[in-house]
Amino acid sequence: MKVLLPTPLASYTAGKREVEAEGATLAQLLADLDRRYPGIRFRMIDEQDGVRPHMRFFVNRVLVRSIAVALAPDDEVLVVAALSGG
Amino acid sequence: MTRLAVLVGTRKGLFVLGADRKRRSWTIDGPHFLGQVVNHAVLDPRDGRTLLAAVKAGHLGHTVFRSEDFGRTWEESQTPPAFAKADGNAKGETVSHVFWLTPGAAKEAGRWYAGTSPAGLFVSDDAGRNWSGVEGFNAHPDRRKWIGPPEDAPPDGNTLHSLNVDPFDPDHIYIGLSAGGVFESRDRGATWSPLNKGCAGFFPDPEAAYGHDPHCVRVHPKFRDVVYQQNHCGIYRLERKADRWHRIGDNMPKDIGDIGFPLVLHPRDPETAWVFPMDGGTVWPRVPIGGKPAAYVTRDAGKSWRRQDKGLPAAQGWFTVKRQAMACDTLDPLGLYFGTTGGEVWTSFDEGESWQCLCLHLPHVYSVETALVP
Repeated sequence: MKVLLPTPLASYTAGKREVEAEGATLAQLLADLDRRYPGIRFRMIDEQDGVRPHMRFFVNRVLVRSIAVALAPDDEVLVVAALSGG
Repeated sequence: MTRLAVLVGTRKGLFVLGADRKRRSWTIDGPHFLGQVVNHAVLDPRDGRTLLAAVKAGHLGHTVFRSEDFGRTWEESQTPPAFAKADGNAKGETVSHVFWLTPGAAKEAGRWYAGTSPAGLFVSDDAGRNWSGVEGFNAHPDRRKWIGPPEDAPPDGNTLHSLNVDPFDPDHIYIGLSAGGVFESRDRGATWSPLNKGCAGFFPDPEAAYGHDPHCVRVHPKFRDVVYQQNHCGIYRLERKADRWHRIGDNMPKDIGDIGFPLVLHPRDPETAWVFPMDGGTVWPRVPIGGKPAAYVTRDAGKSWRRQDKGLPAAQGWFTVKRQAMACDTLDPLGLYFGTTGGEVWTSFDEGESWQCLCLHLPHVYSVETALVP
């Protein structure tokens, strides 16, 4: 399925902002992304499997809070690096 | 020909100041990791090639980067420092940032240690590619007690810093906890003991085993058992036979006091050390006393101190020098360097007798380290 990434993650995908990955859940999708682009999962998900404070996931433009959420093959996943800092 | 590098970690990236051994002409390289916090960058003195940087991006969390070509290319750690996954529904800890990097002993090529916030200790045996927790500390039953609750932590969170490997015993490791105190392990991190006797603390019990706030602990690289610390509550030298700290800051001028963050040891003289005092009065402004920045040097192991401010602002100098932001090189005469929260790097090539500003307009400086690059 299509995964849209924010600019802070582009260094992991050779600059691509739109990539493909597979998974029946968001957790599986992130694992597949990490196989394709090593290291990218840890920049979104911490060691306790929590979503990092300023990362947000939208599935078909709906905000999801858990990586256990189920995905369908034609879903679109949007990753947003929310505003923060100064 | 060997070159001198000064690695300047800042709130918005890493900068490398370079010079030949005469230190007359300087270059600046960077920023590396633009926009990201670089808490510490250290070149491995064992191979003169492996450079590690503790990096945190606001959105992406922490990691460690490594370079073997002095920053032309960087490789991210495959397994950055991370706490163990909690069991079941228990709430586990997450690393906020890597704060301190220390190469292992001279004969242990590839071994590095990392200290984090919240206070955690991590080790790598493959030159920073993969990190694992030192569970003797991270899972120690008293660790929570030692580091206290988050509300008592320093502004950037509870931190494990001042990682020192005893140059005479690779199994012997010192750490500083802010807050918590100085602790040591003599078995490579498997077991730990507090090392805070004689050190003033926040608790009413003057002999409290923990609850202290070391700001910077330095173990001498050449002389056995020579240990100094700049603490939240003064400057101390460890009397190793008694395992007791002696407050050498009592010999500082009373109108200056002995509060500050960094402490630098002379690599060839165990009785010479530098501090950079900060105002620890009233509400703890943590700026040079009276707006007049100065280093203080002792040449007799803390029995006396002398002010060194030639070339520094004579007035209205209100920057802070953080605990990792002062260092020396190993040349002769010794060069001293410090970075400020105002983005300046100052240097002295005559062991502190006079100072000059090497660099202006950098971001807030978090750390300064030096290296001789083959």
